[in-house]
Amino acid sequence: MMDISQHYPALIIAIPLFAAFLCPLFKERIKALATLAILALLATLIFVVLLAGQVYTSVAPITYTYGSSSPGLTLPSGYHVPVRIIFEIDGLSILMALITVILALVGAIYAYSSIKDESGKGKFFALLLLLTVGALGMVLTGDIFNLFVFLEISSIAGAALVAYYNYRGEANEAAFKYITVSSVGGVLVLFAIGILYSEYDLLNIAALGNAISTTGLSTLDLFALALFVGAFAMKAGTFPMHMWLPDAYGEAPAAVNPPLIASTQASLYALLRVTYIMYGGAVFNYTTLGWVLIVLGVFSMIFGVLMALKQNDIKRFIGYTAVSQVGYMLVPFGVGLSTIGDDVAFGTYGITALQAGLFHMINDAIYMGMLFMVVGCVYHATGKRNMEELGGLARNMPLTAIFFMIGGAAVSGVPPFNGFASKIMIYESIYNFHPLLSIIAIVVSIITLGAYVKAFQGIFLGPKLKEFENVEEAPTSMLVSIAVLAALVIVFGLMPSLVVKTIIAPAANALVNPYGYYAGVLGGV
Amino acid sequence: MLNTGFGYWEPIIFALTFLLLGCIAYFIYIRGNPKHKKVGEQLKPFLSGNPEPAKELVHIRGRHIYWGFKEAFAPVYRKLDEMHDGDVRNYMLWFFGILVILMLIFLGGM
Repeated sequence: MMDISQHYPALIIAIPLFAAFLCPLFKERIKALATLAILALLATLIFVVLLAGQVYTSVAPITYTYGSSSPGLTLPSGYHVPVRIIFEIDGLSILMALITVILALVGAIYAYSSIKDESGKGKFFALLLLLTVGALGMVLTGDIFNLFVFLEISSIAGAALVAYYNYRGEANEAAFKYITVSSVGGVLVLFAIGILYSEYDLLNIAALGNAISTTGLSTLDLFALALFVGAFAMKAGTFPMHMWLPDAYGEAPAAVNPPLIASTQASLYALLRVTYIMYGGAVFNYTTLGWVLIVLGVFSMIFGVLMALKQNDIKRFIGYTAVSQVGYMLVPFGVGLSTIGDDVAFGTYGITALQAGLFHMINDAIYMGMLFMVVGCVYHATGKRNMEELGGLARNMPLTAIFFMIGGAAVSGVPPFNGFASKIMIYESIYNFHPLLSIIAIVVSIITLGAYVKAFQGIFLGPKLKEFENVEEAPTSMLVSIAVLAALVIVFGLMPSLVVKTIIAPAANALVNPYGYYAGVLGGV
Repeated sequence: MLNTGFGYWEPIIFALTFLLLGCIAYFIYIRGNPKHKKVGEQLKPFLSGNPEPAKELVHIRGRHIYWGFKEAFAPVYRKLDEMHDGDVRNYMLWFFGILVILMLIFLGGM
């Protein structure tokens, strides 16, 4: 009898993919479509949790070889290198998969009410599930070409979803920009993969990492690394390659924002996988690579928040603060990379910086997804997105106002919400690397708080305006999905130690042990 | 308790302290002047004797907040606005520019 527990990795991709292809059959029946998508994502979440149980009790990454007689058989007899598509799941992959499915699930629940009056609902849910499949595939696969394929799936589905409100010219323009930058980024990733394949005849990340560490870095390897870093940093929304992000996030339906954030963070994951694992075994100047990430991160932090402060469009405003938050992840990741090779520095603050960056990545996905959905409620209720035209909505939409306050406090690093827990780890760890970085991070947090105070005042405070006298609170399904994320913001904020110990530390440990990853996949090669 | 590497953060104690301070503030609030009238002239703002305009007319909109900050940073914002011109060709130029810099750093300095 088949042991289903061996096939969790395949099921995590297959279930939402199958559901995506079923969606067009239901055409415009929103109840059936939402039920299908929610059930598929719930089932996926269950399998991700079950797989997490296996990952956290296993010393080596869990492998799943497609087409093999046994899923764990990465190297059939007679083979010296893995040739099949292999999913390689370690602490980092499962962390990303978990947050991706949660964000997609709340997005699907939210969509039930938010797109009720739109047309093309079957296509919407099909694309939403495909976007999730793309992001999930990126974080689970152990094959670099397969990662490119999933990157393309998520980019195409994401662009189509950004253009969902196609009666708005801005939505079509934003989708065009998104697909243009994504395609060029994707082609450069493919080019980098081609370079490595021509050099090593390999596509498996562990095998490539092992080969690079054995032969030493060539000029071509460094050229490929530059392409990977540039393309993934652009896809993650790093300044000054971020311009597509406020456009795309701003025009996408609010229900799409959480899975879109997950797909953006999957690119950040790919950046980590390439720098820490694929190139992690090679001997080269990690400090320079680390500083590249730090500089990009500092620019993202500062200019993201400065741009946010002058926005009047509520969705673009949150989009720019999302750019700023990317900086909070890149800086500690850069600090972690810079300390590799210096055992004392890495043990003292490098590992804490890495954990802080990963923790912030998860926190950011939660509160950013929540904030986009909150302003989606405002747009749903008023039909307006300009802060200049809004005001006094806290009287009619108290729950939405409270959720905005929680999200705004979390993103600004106000205790006791989750953003503060990861930010205090960031401040303290990067201070030891360079105090100025910590000062910049704190100042940017203060400006972020100022920006959110402005937005809260503009949208929710002030006297009741005549044009919004009859405005009502958002529908239940939209509020429920926001409440789920708000609960996570509070729980992660009140129990940061548990979160760090349970899911963040295994992810960080997986990243700093490239040889363990190679050996786990290749069987002690 | 979260170990931050160099210190500790205990959110439960923070939340309890916050709650305690909230209770104290509420206690002070309910002990306020019982003779305070909830209607009448004393509730109106004093505007040098001028009549109070309608609330909708004096609503502080988003653009009014941090006006000074934005004025002080006007030169920076002018540059940032030039950069964010919405032209996808320029988006690509920035991307390629960064790629070239990355290649120079990686191929020259590593």
